[in-house]
Amino acid sequence: MFSSRYWREIPQRYRMEAAKCSGCGHVSFPPRLICPKCKGRKFEKVRLPDQGKILTYTVIHVPATPFKDEVPFAIAVVELDGGVRITSQVVDCDPSTLTIGQRVRTEFRKLQEIGDAGILCYGYKCVPA
Amino acid sequence: MVGVIGYGAYIPRYRIRVEEIAKTWGADAPSYKRGLLLKEKSVPAPDQDTITMSVEASRYAVRRAGIDSARIGAVYVGSESHPYAVKPSGTVLAEALGATPQAHTADFEFACKAGSEGMFVAMGLVQAGLVEYALGVGADTSQGAPGDALEYSASAGAGAFLFGREKILAEVEETDTFMTDTPDFWRREHQFYPEHAGRFTGEPAYFKHTLGAAKGILKKAGATAKDFAFAVFHQPNGKFPLKVGEMLGFTKQQVETGLLSPTLGNTYSGASPIGLTAILDVAKPGDRILMVSYGSGAGSDAFIFRATDLLPKVQNLAPKTRPQLDDNKFYLDYGTYAKFRGKIRKAG
Ligand SMILES: [Zn+2]
Repeated sequence: MFSSRYWREIPQRYRMEAAKCSGCGHVSFPPRLICPKCKGRKFEKVRLPDQGKILTYTVIHVPATPFKDEVPFAIAVVELDGGVRITSQVVDCDPSTLTIGQRVRTEFRKLQEIGDAGILCYGYKCVPA
Repeated sequence: MVGVIGYGAYIPRYRIRVEEIAKTWGADAPSYKRGLLLKEKSVPAPDQDTITMSVEASRYAVRRAGIDSARIGAVYVGSESHPYAVKPSGTVLAEALGATPQAHTADFEFACKAGSEGMFVAMGLVQAGLVEYALGVGADTSQGAPGDALEYSASAGAGAFLFGREKILAEVEETDTFMTDTPDFWRREHQFYPEHAGRFTGEPAYFKHTLGAAKGILKKAGATAKDFAFAVFHQPNGKFPLKVGEMLGFTKQQVETGLLSPTLGNTYSGASPIGLTAILDVAKPGDRILMVSYGSGAGSDAFIFRATDLLPKVQNLAPKTRPQLDDNKFYLDYGTYAKFRGKIRKAG
């Protein structure tokens, strides 16, 4: 059940593959079937840049159970260079030192372990640049 | 001609000092610092493992090579800490790079020699003309049992090398290998920590095999220590590689550029490969480099590289190794380190 959902998201989680509209150039992440700007249906596959800045963030102290050993941790809305926005954990930092506008970049990290015997889920997170 | 067309290293940002570990176990820190020349070691963040570090190091290698990842025909990860017991680390790495689906993939395991094995096979496939580009990675998040001597050195990092036949940064001039059945260090199935045979890991293990491969390759190449700008050896601590270098006639200056273990620790499969990346970061065209790995069990692989005119043009295209080791460090106390490394038994 979980494996298939994880597997479908691999191009976005591993490689940050987005869809660039052939009509108007709007970049959708994750990709869409219809462009939200011009209703176009033709897209080119592009990879998002790995650099960006924090637009806003929050620090989680009471997390969902799988993440209870990670508190306190920061979740940020990050605007990547080029304008696409992603929501991502910001790691390798003291969350109390983060600032809005701070430069960050993405790194490949383990997102979740499904129990002791399930699959390992990987994807991007942000770290201070 | 075959050689390295891209390289990269990844070192996690967390560190723990030898004093902090020694304090916990009532051990004598100065004796580790003096005797084994170890000051501190890298520690992976809780969300990092052999796969994540391999991806970062390999992305740097691809960036320096400036190639389309889809043309990588083989992806080999060498490690003694593959996150899955069954499911290759290389599948995730190849997918993250965009090298799938036409890529041969296998995980290598040979204690600390697994990385150089992956490099050797990757190079061989390219030389044979079976694939255009091949990637060999050495990465580990090694664990020593709490209080064991290994806990002072077992650390984390990854080194990645892309091999090809054009736009070469460091040509492979010669290779050699030296391997016997020597039970100096092992881990049985389902055991969390490895076992080792104490002092037996030195003379009949590390030194015999490292010297065997080094002397073998020097003889094949008709070379001596003075023909090299740099040499890098497997570095389980700070002392062994300096001693083996001296035994082979290398000066401290030739060895110290690639000697990272005093502040990095022993990255196992990543050790001599990451040392090689630190050398490639500063080598000049024409410089010859000797690399000799060592893996318990036991064996050594040796390579002679010669830097080309292209190398200086790509050194700055990705993060260099020394700055990753020396800058942006976060020091951990023993409790946080034990939590990060899963050494604490918790309530479900
Ligand atoms: Zn559009």
